[in-house]
Amino acid sequence: MKWGIVAFLAIVTAVLVALAWVQSGGLKQHAMFSAVTPEEAVQALMTQIQAHNYEQAYASLDRSSDTDLASFVRELGGSDGSLRTYSSLQTAEVSPLHADGDQALVRVRMNWSSALGSLDDVRDLHVRRYGSVWRVVWPKPAPSAVPPQVVPVNYLRWEVIGRNASQNWGAQDVDSPKVRITSMNAISRPGRVVILGEVENEDTVPAYLNVNATLLKADGSPIEEEGSFDLISHVLLPKQVSPYRIDFPGVRMDSVKSVRMDARALLVPASADPVIAVSDQAVSKDGLDRNVLKGELVNESGRPVNIAQVLAAYYDNSGKVIWVSDGYVDRALLPQVPVPFAVDIPDDIAGRLKNYRVIVNHYSRSSN
Amino acid sequence: MQRTIHSGFVLHNCLAGLVLLCVLSGWAGAAELHVPAVVEAGQSFSIPVEGAGQAIFYLVGPDHIVKRNVTLGSDLAIQSSDVRAAGRYQAILCDSSSCTSAVFQVEAAKPEHLSFFLRPSRVPVSTPQSIDATVFVFDQYSNLVLTPTAVDFRITPATGAGFSRPASAQHGVAWMRMDSTPHEGRVQVTAILGDVQEARVIQQVAAEACGLRMRATPRGDVVTIETDPVRDCSGNALPDGTVVSFTKVDREGKSTVDTPIKKGVARVQFSIHGPARIGVACGVVLGDELALNGKL
Repeated sequence: MKWGIVAFLAIVTAVLVALAWVQSGGLKQHAMFSAVTPEEAVQALMTQIQAHNYEQAYASLDRSSDTDLASFVRELGGSDGSLRTYSSLQTAEVSPLHADGDQALVRVRMNWSSALGSLDDVRDLHVRRYGSVWRVVWPKPAPSAVPPQVVPVNYLRWEVIGRNASQNWGAQDVDSPKVRITSMNAISRPGRVVILGEVENEDTVPAYLNVNATLLKADGSPIEEEGSFDLISHVLLPKQVSPYRIDFPGVRMDSVKSVRMDARALLVPASADPVIAVSDQAVSKDGLDRNVLKGELVNESGRPVNIAQVLAAYYDNSGKVIWVSDGYVDRALLPQVPVPFAVDIPDDIAGRLKNYRVIVNHYSRSSN
Repeated sequence: MQRTIHSGFVLHNCLAGLVLLCVLSGWAGAAELHVPAVVEAGQSFSIPVEGAGQAIFYLVGPDHIVKRNVTLGSDLAIQSSDVRAAGRYQAILCDSSSCTSAVFQVEAAKPEHLSFFLRPSRVPVSTPQSIDATVFVFDQYSNLVLTPTAVDFRITPATGAGFSRPASAQHGVAWMRMDSTPHEGRVQVTAILGDVQEARVIQQVAAEACGLRMRATPRGDVVTIETDPVRDCSGNALPDGTVVSFTKVDREGKSTVDTPIKKGVARVQFSIHGPARIGVACGVVLGDELALNGKL
C-alpha cells in the first residue's frame, strides 16, 4: 500500500512535468533540435518565428550562420517603425529544392499579415546535417546602415496660410492646386472592371489628390462610384505624375456605357524630401515563377522612411497605360541603404508591356 | 416708445396681421401719409402727419419692422437706422378708428465698399484670358449699389509698367478678363471706384518646362547628371520643388529618380554599368537624352 502511493505520486509528478514541458514549447524545441529532415528543420524554425520565440529560433540555427541574435531579431521582427514591426507571420509553406547527403536547399514562402494586407517573403534557405539533426543556415543580413556621416539636406517645404474665416466675402484666398488626368483606360479583368491611367499636378504647389470614377449605364444613371484608395500617390509635388487604379469588383464591362472621372485636389503642406531612387528595375520571374517587376529603393535623404509603397504603371507599344500594380516594402528605408522590392505583374500584362514607370509613396514617422 | 422686430418669420406674421387690420377697418377716415418716393439708405427724414390725437405708426422694411406711438399733427421723424437696408418700405399709421399706408423705396447710398474677387490666385504666364476680376459695389450698409458706376482696374506687374482697364458696374457688378503677362512674379490688381480701393494679388508662375537639357559629370563609376536651369518658354525659372524625373537604362536595368529642383536645377547621381541612356522629363514635357558609352 505504502509503495503504491509512492508510485502513484511519482507517476503524477512525471505527468505534470511532461505537461509543463509541452506547455513551455519543449515539444517544438525538441522538434527543432531533432529535425530529421531539412523540411522539418525549416518548418520548426518557422513555428518559432511565428510564436515570436526569436531566441530559441536563433539558438536552433546552424553555427555557421553569418548573423547575430540582434540582427536576426531585427530582420524578422522588423525595426525602425517598418511595416514588418506591424506584421505577424501567418503561414510558411516549405518545399525542398535540392538535397544531397549533408546539405539541402529548401524554399520557404512566408506569408506575413500586416495592417496594409498580406506580404509574401520567399527565401531559399541552406540546411545542413549534423548527425541525425538538420539545422538551417541563416544568410547574412543585408547591411542596415551606412557609416556615420552628415547628409546635407536643403530642406524644401511648402506651408499654407489660408484665409481667415472672419474675413469678408471676397477676401483674398489661395486656390486649390490644378491637377489633370492625363490618361484614362477602362479594361475588363476577371470579375471586375478596372479604370487606370495617370494624373499630373500641373501646378507649382503640392496637391493632396483623390481620383474617383463613376461607371454610367447607357441611360446615364450611375452603376457604381469608387476611389483610387491606396493605388495612387495622394501627395503630388509640382509637375509630378502618379498612376492610379480604380477597381470595380463584380461589374461587367458590357454594362458600362461611359465613365465619369473626378480628380479633386487640396492644397496641403508638404515636403520635397525625401528623394527615393528606384534603381536596377527589371521584369523577371520570382522564385514562384510569377512575373514581377524587381528593383531596389534607395532613400537619398538623411532620415529613415518607415514604410514605403511601390506603385508601377505599365505601358503597351502605343504608350497607353495597361496596368497599375503596387507593393509595400516591409523594411524601413534607412538613408543610402538599398532595399529590394518586387511587385506582381499579371501574366497577360507581362506579355504586352513595352515600358514601365515606378514611383514611391512613403510614410515617415514624425520626429522632433 | 419704439420697438424694432427682426426675423423674417415674425416680420411676415406682423405684416399679415397689419394688412388684415387695414382691410377690416376699410382704410376709412385715417390721416394721410405723405412719404417721399425714394430715400437714400441711412438718411433720416420726416413724414408730416395731419390730424389730432394718438396713433400707432408701423414701418415695415425688408429686414425689420418698427412700431412707434405717435402724436398726430406733428412731423413723424424716421431715423437713419430705420432705413439702412435698401428695398421697398411700407409706412402704416393706425388711429383708433382706421389705418392708412404708403410705400416708398430706399436705394443704396454712395459706394463705400468693394468686394473684389480675383481668380485664380496662381496662373501660368502668357495664358490667354486666364485672369478674372469681379467687383461687387456696396454702400456702407452693405447694400448693393445698382446705379451704374465706373470702376477702374489698375494692374501692377512685378516688372514693367502698370496699366489700367476701365469697366462699368452694371446692377452692382463690374468685371474684366485679361491675359497673364509673360513674366512670373506677383501682380497686384487694384479695383478703384472714386476714393474706394481694394487690392488683390495674383501670383504669375512659370509655365511648362521648355528646352529641358542636362549634362553629365563622371567620377569613377558614378555619373552626376545636372540639368541646365529649368525654365519655361518665356525664360522664367520653374520654382524650386518642381519635380524632374531622370531615367537611366543600362545593362543592370532601368533606374528612375524623381527629384525636386533646388536652386534652379535638378541633380541626380547614377551608377553606370556599361553603355547607358539617360533621359529627363518634367511633368509631361520630355527633355533631351544622353548616351554614355560606359567608359567614364
